[in-house]
Amino acid sequence: MSAIPNPIPIFADENWRLPSRGRVAMFCLIIGESAIFTIFVVAYIYYIGRSAYGPTPQILDVPWFNTVCLLSSSITIMFAERAIEHGRIRIFAAFWALTMLLGIVFLAGTAIEWKRLIYTDGLTIRTNLFGTTFYSLVGLHATHVIVGLLMLSLVMIFTLAGRVEQRHTERIQVLSLYWHFVDAVWVVVFTVVYMLGK
Amino acid sequence: MADQTFPLPGTLDASRSRGAALLEWLHSWVVTVDHKKLGILYIAYALVFLLVAGAEAIAIRIQLAIPHNHFLSPELYNEFFTMHGTTMVFLVGMTIIFGFGNYLVPLMIGARDMAFPRLNAFSFWMSAFGGLFLYFSFIGGFGLYGMGSAPDVTWWAYAPLTAKAFSPGHNTDYWALALIVMGFGTLGAAINTLATAFSMRCRGMTLLRMPLFVWLMVVTSGLTLITITPLTAAQVMLIIDRYLGAHFFDTQAGGSATVWMHFFWIFGHPEVYVLILPAFGIASEVIPVFSRKAIFGYPAMVAASVGIAFVSTSVWAHHMFTIGMTSVSNSFFVLSTMTVGIPTGIKIFNWVATMWGGKIRFATPMLFCTAFVFQFLCAGLTGIMLASAPWNWQLHNSYFVIAHFHYTLTGSFVFCMFAGIYYWYPKFTGRILSEKLGKWHFWLFFIGFHVTFDTMHFLGIMGMPRSIYTYEPDRGWNTLNFIVSAGGIVQAIAVLILVWNMVDSYLHGPVAGNDPWDAWTLEWSIPSPPPAYNFATEPVVRSRRPLWDLKHPNDPDWKYER
Repeated sequence: MSAIPNPIPIFADENWRLPSRGRVAMFCLIIGESAIFTIFVVAYIYYIGRSAYGPTPQILDVPWFNTVCLLSSSITIMFAERAIEHGRIRIFAAFWALTMLLGIVFLAGTAIEWKRLIYTDGLTIRTNLFGTTFYSLVGLHATHVIVGLLMLSLVMIFTLAGRVEQRHTERIQVLSLYWHFVDAVWVVVFTVVYMLGK
Repeated sequence: MADQTFPLPGTLDASRSRGAALLEWLHSWVVTVDHKKLGILYIAYALVFLLVAGAEAIAIRIQLAIPHNHFLSPELYNEFFTMHGTTMVFLVGMTIIFGFGNYLVPLMIGARDMAFPRLNAFSFWMSAFGGLFLYFSFIGGFGLYGMGSAPDVTWWAYAPLTAKAFSPGHNTDYWALALIVMGFGTLGAAINTLATAFSMRCRGMTLLRMPLFVWLMVVTSGLTLITITPLTAAQVMLIIDRYLGAHFFDTQAGGSATVWMHFFWIFGHPEVYVLILPAFGIASEVIPVFSRKAIFGYPAMVAASVGIAFVSTSVWAHHMFTIGMTSVSNSFFVLSTMTVGIPTGIKIFNWVATMWGGKIRFATPMLFCTAFVFQFLCAGLTGIMLASAPWNWQLHNSYFVIAHFHYTLTGSFVFCMFAGIYYWYPKFTGRILSEKLGKWHFWLFFIGFHVTFDTMHFLGIMGMPRSIYTYEPDRGWNTLNFIVSAGGIVQAIAVLILVWNMVDSYLHGPVAGNDPWDAWTLEWSIPSPPPAYNFATEPVVRSRRPLWDLKHPNDPDWKYER
C-alpha cells in the first residue's frame, strides 16, 4: 500500500520560504515598545487638567518645525533604503547623513523647548502633574530618538569605513523599521500633547 | 598530508590539572550561546529560586501555624511574603518557561539554534543578574530593621505605600529596578522565541504542524511582549516618582493610586496566562504520548490558546472590584473574565478526549499531568466564583483568593513543570529519572498540595485575610491554619525528593537512549543529550508527528492530516 506515492505534494521544497528573522524580531520589539508608550500616553491623557497647581499645557508652543524635521527623516531614510537596495552606496551615505541631521535637529529643538519651559515658565518634572507626565512622555520619545541616532551613527561609521555593501540591505531595512516606528510614535505624542491636551 | 596532525580547539589536554579543567568547564557555561546550555541554565536557575522561595513559604507557614507566633519578626514577615511572591512569579515562573522554551523550541521545529543566539545569552544573564540583584537586597543597603532592605510592599506594590514618604530606604527601589532589569531579559527571550518559531522552522514544518508546546510558547511570548512592557513602564514611573520627585502616584499632588492598580494588573493578569500557557504546552505534549493517541482537536487547541491570550488582556480589573468602579465596568470585567472559561474549557475537554480510550501509561510525567487537568478544572471553577463581582466583594483579599491562585500556579503550573522535568530530563542529561522516587515525589506533593490549598479555601470563607502577620486565637482558624502549615511541610519534603532524584539519577540513573518514551516530536529523533549542532542533517517534516511517520512508514500521519 505504501507503493502508491502520495498524489498531492505535501509541500514544494523550492517554495519553502520563511520570514526574515530580523524583521520578525524588530516587529516584535515594536509591539513591545508600543505597549510601553501606550501606558505613558494613557497616563498623560488621564492626568490632563488634574494638576492641583502650577503651569498648564497652555504654555506649550506647537513644535511645527521639529515635527516636520522628524517626519521628513522618515522619507530620507526611505530614499537611503532604496539607494542601498540598488547598491548606490554614496547616495545611501548622503541620505543616511541627512536622516541623522534631521534627527539631531529634532533633539536640539526639544532641548531649546525644554530650556524655555524650565527657565522661563518654571516647569520641571516635580513642579506638578503636568510637568511629570509631559517630561516623561516627551522624554521617553526623545530617549528613543537618541537610541535610534546611536544606531544610525554606527551604520554611518561603518559606511564611512567602506564596510556597508548592497548585501547589508536587509539589516539596514530592519534598522529603518525602528526609525519609522520612532517617527510614528511622534505623531501620537504630538497629537496627544500638543493638539488634544492643549 | 595524512600524517599531519592538527591541534583541535577544545580537545582534552592530559597534562592539565583538575582545577584548570573545572575552570574551563565553568567558562564554557558562562560564555555559551548554545540554546541547550542556556535552557539548562534557565531551568537550574529557576529550580534554585524555587527552593529559596519555597523556604520563604515554609517560614511564612510556620509563622502562621499557631496564633500569636513570633517565629519571624513582623518586618521580616512582610519581606518574606513579598519576596515569595516576586520570586515565584519572576525568578521561578518566567525563567523556567523560557528555559523549557529555549531548550525545546529549536529542537521541536528542527532548527540548529535560536534565531539570535547572542541575544539569547544576553537575555539569560539580564534575568540572572536581575534575580541576584533582587536577593542582594537582603544584605545590601542600610536596612531599616537590621534585615537588609528586601522589598516589603507586597508583590503588587500598591501606591501610595511605595511612595518615598511611606517606604523610605531602598526596599522598593530594589523591587522596581530588579524587575525592570529582568523585564528586559524576558522581552529579549520572548522576541527570540517568536523569531525562532517564525523564521527557523525546518522544511515542511508549517505553522499548523508545529508541536503544541511550540505554539504555546509562541502565544506566551506574544503575550509577554504586551504584558511585561506595561509593568516596565509603570515601574519606570515609580522610579521617577521616587528619585526625581514626580507625582504619577502621589495623591497629595492630584496623582492617583488607582492608576497604579490599573497599570499593575494590566500586567498582572495576563502574566498568569504567560505562566500557565507553556504549562498547557507541556500537558499537550505529555498527555498524547502517554495516552498513545494523537492530541484531540489540534486546531481547536491552537485557536483556544490564541483566544485565551486575547481575552486575558481585557480582564485585569477583576482584581479591583472592591475599589468601587461603575456598574458598567464591573459588568464588563465580570463578563470578560467569565469568557476565559470557554477556551480553557475547550482545552480541558480536549485533554480528557485525548486520554479517552487511550492506552494510558501512568509514568510520573503523566501522573503530574493528570493531576494538573483535575486541579486546573478546580482552579477554573473558583476562578469563575471570584469573577462574580458580589462574591468577590465578600472574599477579596481573603485566603480564598490565595487558595484560588495557588491552585492555578502550584496545582497547575508547578505540576506541569514537574511533568516537563520528568519528561525531558532524559533528553537534557541522557539519564532517566527514577520512577520510584518520582512516584514518591508525586504522591507526597499531591497530598501536601491538597492538604494545604483545599484547606485554605475554608479559611478564606471563614474570613481570614491575606498578608496578616498573626491572628487572635478565638477566631476559629487555629486548627485549619495548622493543617495548612503541615501540608506545606509535606510539599517541601516532596520537592527535596525531586532534588535528590535529579542528583542521584544524573549519576546512576538508567541510560535514556534517543527516545525513552516512544514519543513523536523531533527532539526525540536525536541523541540524548543532543550534540551541539542538534541535527546532523536538516529534518524534513510531513505531519504533526514526524517520528510517528518514521516509525510507522506503512501508516504515516500525513495520509490523514490535511
